[in-house]
Amino acid sequence: MTVWIAIFAMALVTLGLRASFLLLPERFRLPGLLRRALPFVPAAVLTALWAPELLLQKGVLYLSPHNERLLAGAAAILAAWRWRLTFATIASGLIALHLFDWLL
Amino acid sequence: MAPFGLVTGVAMVAGGIPPLAAMAMSLVVYAGASMLAATQLLAAGTPLAVLLLTVLFINLRFMMYSAALRPHLPGLPLRWKLATGYLLADNAFGLCIARFTEHPRMPGKLGYFLGAALPIWLIWQAAVGLGILIGAGLPAQWRLEFAAPLAFIALTVPLLRDRAMVAAALAAAVTVVAAWELPMRLGLAAAALAGIAVGMLVRRKA
Repeated sequence: MTVWIAIFAMALVTLGLRASFLLLPERFRLPGLLRRALPFVPAAVLTALWAPELLLQKGVLYLSPHNERLLAGAAAILAAWRWRLTFATIASGLIALHLFDWLL
Repeated sequence: MAPFGLVTGVAMVAGGIPPLAAMAMSLVVYAGASMLAATQLLAAGTPLAVLLLTVLFINLRFMMYSAALRPHLPGLPLRWKLATGYLLADNAFGLCIARFTEHPRMPGKLGYFLGAALPIWLIWQAAVGLGILIGAGLPAQWRLEFAAPLAFIALTVPLLRDRAMVAAALAAAVTVVAAWELPMRLGLAAAALAGIAVGMLVRRKA
C-alpha cells in the first residue's frame, strides 16, 4: 500500500518539476541564487545516495581493506572515469564485489 | 539508456519492489535515478515525506530543462504542456536543446521533440520491463541490490568535470556519513545542501 501511495506522489512531484516552466507564465524566471545552485544538485544528491553504501557498515564508518563494497565501489568509480559507460561501470562493480568477497 | 533501464528494472525487484509496482512506477514516474533512490528508501522504511524530498532533489534538474525548453515551445495547449513535461527525460532534452539552440527558428519543434522523446520513452519502458522480468528470476546471492549504488556512481562520475563539482560531491559524501544518525534519513537533505553550498563557494573563488 505504501508503495502505491509513494508511486503516485512521486509521479506528481516529477511531472510538476518537468512541466513547471512550461506551465508558468512567460515572465516568471528562476531566481539567480537557485540558478547558480541547480547545477550542483545532481552531483551532491547522487553522491549522498551511493557514498553510505560504500563507506558504512550497519551505520558505522568502515574504512578497511576488508570492506568489499568500498573496494568494489572504487573499482566502479575507476571504470566510470575510464569508460563513461553505465553498463561497464555496473558490471565492473558487481564483478569486483564478488571477487573481493571471495578473496577476503 | 537501455542498459540503465535494464539495471533499474533489475535493481527495483532486487530491492524488494513487487514487479507490478515496479513497472507501474516506471510508467508513471519515468525517471530512473529517483526510482532507484525510492527503492533504497522504501526498503529502509523511510517516511513518505523524506522519500518525496529526496525525489524532489534528484529531479530538480528537470526544472532547469523545462525552463530552457519553454522559449522553444510557445503557446501549447495545456494537455500538450503536460505531455511534453511527462516525456522530458534527460536524453530527450539533450537531443532537442542542442538542435533548437543551433537552429532557433526551425519549424515544427514540437514534432521534433516528440520524434526524439517517444522512441526514448518506448526503449526505456521496454528495458525496465525486461529488467523486471530478469530480476525476478535471479538469485539473491548475486547481490544485485548493489547495482543501485553502482548506477548512481555511473551517473555521478561524468558530472565531476571541474573542482567545484568534485568539491560538491566530496562535501555531500562527508556530510551524509557524519549525519547518518539523524532521524528519518534527514542526513540526505543535509548532504545535498552541504554539497550545493560547497560547490557554489568553490566556483565563486575560481
